[in-house]
This record gives sequence, structure tokens and C-alpha cells, in this order.
Amino acid sequence: MNFTLKVWRQKDAKSAGRFETHEARDINPNMSFLEMLDVVNDGLSIKGESPISFDHDCREGICGTCSLVINGDPHGPTDGTTTCQLYMRSFQDGDVIVVEPWRVRAFPILRDLVTDRSAFDRIIQSGGFISVNTGQAPEANSVPVSHPQAEAAFDAAHCIGCGACAAVCKNGSPMLFVAAKVAHLNGLPQGQPERSERVMNMVRTLDAEGFGSCTHTTACEAVCPKHIPYELIVRLNREFIAASIHESLSHEPVAGGGAG
Amino acid sequence: MSTLPNTVKLDARIPEGPLPEKWARRKNEMKLVAPNNKRKYEVIIVGTGLGGASAAASMAEMGYNVKSFCFQDSPRRAHSIAAQGGINAAKNYQNDGDSVHRLFYDTIKGGDFRSREANVYRLAQVSVNIIDQCVAQGVPFAREYGGLLTNRSFGGAQVSRTFYARGATGQQLLIGAYQALSRQVGKGRIQLFPRTEMIDLVLVDGHAKGVVIRDLVTGEISTHTADAVVLATGGYGNVFYLSTYARGSNATAIWRAYKRGAALANPCFTQIHPTCIPVTGDYQSKLTLMSESLRNDGRVWVPKKQKDNRPPSSIPEDERDYFLERMYPSYGNLAPRDISSRAAKRVCDEGRGVGASGLGVYLDFADVTKRIGEAGVREKYSNLFQMYNEITAEDAYKSPMRIYPAVHYTMGGLWVDYQLMSNIPGLFVVGEANFSDHGANRLGASALMQGLADGYFVLPYTIGDYLAGEKPAKRPRADAPEFTAAKADASARLDQLLAIKGKKPVSEFHRELGKILWEKCGMARNEAGLKEALALIPKLREEFWKEAAIPGTSGEFNQGLEKANRVADFIELGELLVRDALTRRESAGCHFREEFQEEGECKRNDDDFAHVAAWTYNGENAEPTRNVEPLAYENIKLATRSYK
Repeated sequence: MNFTLKVWRQKDAKSAGRFETHEARDINPNMSFLEMLDVVNDGLSIKGESPISFDHDCREGICGTCSLVINGDPHGPTDGTTTCQLYMRSFQDGDVIVVEPWRVRAFPILRDLVTDRSAFDRIIQSGGFISVNTGQAPEANSVPVSHPQAEAAFDAAHCIGCGACAAVCKNGSPMLFVAAKVAHLNGLPQGQPERSERVMNMVRTLDAEGFGSCTHTTACEAVCPKHIPYELIVRLNREFIAASIHESLSHEPVAGGGAG
Repeated sequence: MSTLPNTVKLDARIPEGPLPEKWARRKNEMKLVAPNNKRKYEVIIVGTGLGGASAAASMAEMGYNVKSFCFQDSPRRAHSIAAQGGINAAKNYQNDGDSVHRLFYDTIKGGDFRSREANVYRLAQVSVNIIDQCVAQGVPFAREYGGLLTNRSFGGAQVSRTFYARGATGQQLLIGAYQALSRQVGKGRIQLFPRTEMIDLVLVDGHAKGVVIRDLVTGEISTHTADAVVLATGGYGNVFYLSTYARGSNATAIWRAYKRGAALANPCFTQIHPTCIPVTGDYQSKLTLMSESLRNDGRVWVPKKQKDNRPPSSIPEDERDYFLERMYPSYGNLAPRDISSRAAKRVCDEGRGVGASGLGVYLDFADVTKRIGEAGVREKYSNLFQMYNEITAEDAYKSPMRIYPAVHYTMGGLWVDYQLMSNIPGLFVVGEANFSDHGANRLGASALMQGLADGYFVLPYTIGDYLAGEKPAKRPRADAPEFTAAKADASARLDQLLAIKGKKPVSEFHRELGKILWEKCGMARNEAGLKEALALIPKLREEFWKEAAIPGTSGEFNQGLEKANRVADFIELGELLVRDALTRRESAGCHFREEFQEEGECKRNDDDFAHVAAWTYNGENAEPTRNVEPLAYENIKLATRSYK
């Protein structure tokens, strides 16, 4: 198969970017999209030209590193997959394919198709955890967790932090990412003590990082490679309202790590 | 560079006393650092997988200042995330006779009696604490309807001791450790350096006191000083090119440490996992694992007839060979990985393999589907079946999966003593990057256990014992001559790579190296083949340094340069791997030397090889030294490993 790629090229965060056209020739339909890019890059490196930079690592859909907008769709046309799990058999021979990076204000472009998603790490650092030091844990079976509760926590915790939710959102909002983490931790008995602070801190960090707000278009749910449902955002809103009331009634400062 | 010692002393520092008391005794003997002094120490931890993230979090919680480096854009993406099946622990929740001793014995036997008793026993002891810790962090392990934790079985065990979170246990455990690490970043106790790569280790007066780091975004090279350095950089399986590793997984950190004097132990112990999706073409960049947990319910078979091209559904029951059940009746489809892989290779070599290439066997779920229905299978394995479908476009609910062995894990790694310290004082190594616990073959669901045992429950104690003897005031300054020199060396090497300006893509060199190793040093090895490989690899190295096409400059975001730098190290490491395989004149676990076998099974030579082979570097083009640490078995009897 042969393809024409229109690829976003940008030298670094400060430079202006542009589309560049590259041909991908003799591509096996069972190649993954990233393997197709590998072939194009090998060709460029032989010619002494700069290969196309793109993020990728595990290539089995779990690390959340790969992040391409393909013909306008984050992670491409197939449902419930990451870019690395997209195969060329999903395209027609001769197709023109437009490849862009995530376009989110809070994810600056570092080079070509590579963006800086460290804002997600900072959201987790502000509250996406359960405070338990190594060695403090009680016996594992001392706190039962019902089967449906554990399964629901897993479904939310399965989020890979790729950022497709923000990339597809017209507001650049990663609310699905935050909602998934809150659903995971607030849905478990172990997460209860920090339930309110977690929500407030994570949402505040989201705002401070320059992400947009959620206007409930549910576009995120459609592109999520792990099928995290929009319904979790509704639950996040409920949690947020409850936490706001809790905070306004409480005299304790919300931030901080306890008695310390 | 100063002259390096030819041989090193490998003192494992195993505590005295009866096996079950060794760890408790050592903990009582170790020196402590007082809480108000901990904050005066700096520790560098390279890598943020299960070992690195858990170590960083635990040490920061204790009060140390931690600098954490990873090449990924976020610590959450380290390749521990891809582990699927589960994590072992001797909880005996199933009331099926499990115990610390049984997990210890299964692990030693699984490793074909080539690991240290004391280390493995400690691993089994702390395994139970890991589950407690992870549950408290919110790891959503699978549960029974009564709300308590459930288990499944894994290879090489006759008890159910594996805890799991569907087919994404590694992801859930790593997110737990990542969140613990993130909490400490938020508190300012950990400084995080994502998108950075360690390109050299710095020694001052023989002690590890820092690293040279390349910022992968700007290309800037910097040095960082510390009171101790921890490498948690994973395995070197990508030396084979095609593997189940992440594309970025590399050996550069351990290889540069080796070149600075650290001993590299048992590099030829490389695990080939039996159940991966078969290779379909040259273009492939990686192989994908289908979790061993599938062998709880899937039955492995090939047709009895050679070149039987009928679709699997038209091959009647009595014309199928369920070869694992036939050959290893007491473990059946849950025979250990090395044994199952070799059996699959054998039936394919006999011409009975399936699929277009003939390099594949069936993993069939028809029986379990009859037993618990498709919905039941879906609940246990849905994400694996989905992954299989994405890659092969086949529906494993309807017809059996096709699988074949692939490189998956490396038991070898930097040599460490009982305290997880290498032969370089102050250099600690955790997780897959060290060699310690799995001998010649790792059992399924034990890598996650070891990574977290090292990071949560072993290193935080043992590193204190070292630091207590080091005054923080002694920590070198970043402009000490050793640092300036190491930085200059590292820069020079990158410039040398960029100066090649050849015409052959780096990936082709990597593919060729992988082909040599897979063919000559893969599932079966022999003297003639290994000698050929030892001749081919140096030639490849020479060609690489003349012909490799590496574009761009070092002062920018340059993925081509990153790759070339790693592949250059892989080529060197590959040579050592082959040398180790050649000199270990026995078969043990994954290391199957065709000359040493008994009815197709491994024939160990305990008289000559019941030892760890730890190699030390003697300079470019000089032969490395093979140092030996004898393995003393005081509590178990060396036995022929049988799963029949």
C-alpha cells in the first residue's frame, strides 16, 4: 500500500510549525501506524533529513505514550484503541493521511508530533493518591471491598493518561482524566478520608494548568481508548459540589498533608 | 581512564543464622540514619518502574532527598505498566497449602537452582507485605463476592497465589507506586526529571556518587551528585530487537555502570515467554505477550500430523496433541515458561506448527467456554482477547489463539549482594536491572513481586546501612574533576556517533543483532553457533561505527541519536551475553545448551556451574573477566527439576 502523509513539523516549542508532505511506499497492511512511520523515518535518516519525532513506547496500548491526531481524530479512526494499536489495514491504498500532535494549550508542542503532558502529572501530584506510607498498611483482607465496587474502581483506574480526552475537546478539557482518577480512588473505602480534598485539589490544579472547562459534549468518551464513560464526569461534578460544601463548612485548610 | 581491576571480590554478605531469621537478623544489625539526618542525604534513582517508583516514594517518605529520572515523558509510563497477569504472594488465602517456604522453594526450583537461597527466601517473606501496601494505596485487585481478595494460578506452582487486576495488574501496581511517588513530588521531597536519560555513572574514590544525564528535549548534558545511586532501569531484552519490551527499554544505564566497573551477572539468562503473538513479517517492531494467566484455562495444542493445514475446528479431538498436558501431566498447561517455550519450539521444529509461518501453536479456550460460558471468559480475560483481536484481526472467542515464544525478561543483570548493592559501593540496583532472585528462569507473576519487594521493603533499609557510613558533607561538588571528566566522555561519545554520517538506518543494525542472538543464542544454544555469533557481533559493531545513519545534532530533541546511543550499547552487551552462554557449559532453566540434555530436558552441571558468573570490563577489545560467586545451598537439596 502507498500513502501520502501530511505531517506537522515543528522544530521546538518556540518555532512556528507547518505541514510537510511525505510519501509512505510499499507499506504492509498489517503494519501498525507507528511501524509505518518507522519506515518513513528510516528513509529520511538515510537521506540525512530530520526524522519525524513522535512519542511511543510500549506499542501495546497500555503505557499511554503515543498520541497522534490522525485525520482529525485523536488515536485515529478505530474505536477503543491507541495510535500504536491502529493498523494500516484500516486505511485505503492511496489515502492522504493528515498527522498532527495533540492540540491542547496546556500541552505545549516540544517537537513535531511530541507534546509536553506533564500537566497531567501535576494534577496527580496535587491529590491523585491515597496517603499511605510504606509499612503503614493494614492486612489486605481486613477491609472488604465489594466485587462491583472493585470492578468499577478498576474500570476507572484503567485510564492510561494519554490525553486524548483533552485533545478531542473543543475546550481542551481533560475532565475525563480527572473524573476517572476521582472515581477510582473515591470509589474505594481506602480513598474515603481524603475524598473531598482530592477533588478540590485536582480540579484547582486543572484550572491552574490552563486547561479549559467541560461543557459536556461527551466527545471525550468517544475517543477514549479505554472506554472511560462520560458518566464519571457527572459523578465528578457531584463530588465537586459535595466537596465545595464540605470545604466551606470546614475550618481546616484543605491543602497539606495532615498533622505532619 | 584509570586501569580497571581484573577480578573483583564478590561478597554476597548473606546474614548468618537459619534461613527464616536471616532478614530479621540483618535488619537488626544494620546501621540507621536518624530522622533529622536523613534530610541531609541526596539519593539518585534512575527509572520509575515498580522498583524505581516504589523505592523513590519509600525513601522520600522516610525523609531522604530523592532525585528521580526517567526517559519517558511521565514516570507512569515505565514498562512495568505492561505486565498483565499478576503478582505472587504467600498469603495462603486459598487455604491450599501455600506458605513462605513453598513460594521460596517454587522460585528456587523454577530458577533451576541458580539463585541465592537467602535472597529468594526474603522475597517470599516480604511478598505478603506488598499486597497489604498495594491494597491500602487503592490498587483494585480482583475480589470475591464477599469482598475479599481472590487468586489465580500461574506457571510452576501447584497453589493459587497470584493476585491480579484483570489482565492489567502491572498497570494497576505501577499506578499505585506512581501515585505514591507523585505524592512525594507534590510535597517537594522528590525532584522529578522526566525525558532524561542516564548516560554515565560517576565514581569518586571508588564510590558511586552521581550520574551524567542527557535532557532528551534540549539535548543538554548535566551532572548530578548524590550520596548513593540506585539503578532501576529494567532489563536488556531489547538486545534481541524483537521482544515484548517497550521500544524505549534499554540497557544503557547498566551497561555504562558495567564499563565503570560494576559486575554484570549471568547475562545469558534471558527468558523466552511461551505465549506471544507470532511474528508475521520483517516490518514488525515489537511482539505482544498474551498473559500466562490464559494458561489457567487455555489448552495448548498442535495437530498430530505434520503440515496439517485444516482449520482448527475441523481437526478432531483424537488428531490433536495437547503436548504440555502429555509431556508434563502434573503441571499440564501451567508448566514453567522455559519448559513450555522449548516444548512449543520442539513441536514446531517437527513440522507440526500452525499458521502461515509454521511457527505457532494453538491456545484453545473451547473447553473453558463450555464450562463457564463466553461471558465468564470475557470477565476474566476481555482485555487480552481484545488486544489479540486488534493485532491479528481474529476472534479468539470463536477460534483458538495462535501463539509462539518471544523474548520477555532478563534474569541476568548487574550483580548485587544481599543488600542490593553492586560491587561498586554506593551503587544499588533493584528490580529487573539486577540479577538477584530468579536464577536461570523466572516464574510468572514474580517480576512484579520482586520489583516491589526491592523498592518498598528491601532497599529503604539496606541503603540506610550504607549511607550511615557516608558523611553528607563528603558528597562531591558538581564541578569535581570526576564529574567534569565523565561529562566530557559522554559528550565525546555522542559526537562520535553523529560523526559517523553513514547510510544504513540504525534499526537495521538492531534487527541484524537481534537475528544473530535469536538464532544462535535463543531458545537453544550450542558451541558452534555461539562461536559464530562471537565472530559476527564484533563485525556488526565495526560496521555500525562506519555506516550508521544518525541524523541531526546532540543539542536538540533527537530520537535518532537516542536510539543509536542505545543500539551501540546493545551490540556490546550482545557480545557479552554470547560469551556468557558459551562459557556456561551446562543447561539450566532458559539456558538450553544442546550438548547438555537428557531426553530433551536441561542437564545441569552442579559440580562445575552451581555459581553466578559475574563479568567485569577490562577495556575495549579486551576480554572481560568471568568472576564467580559460588551458590551455597544449605536448606534445600539440589534436585533435577521435574514438572512431569
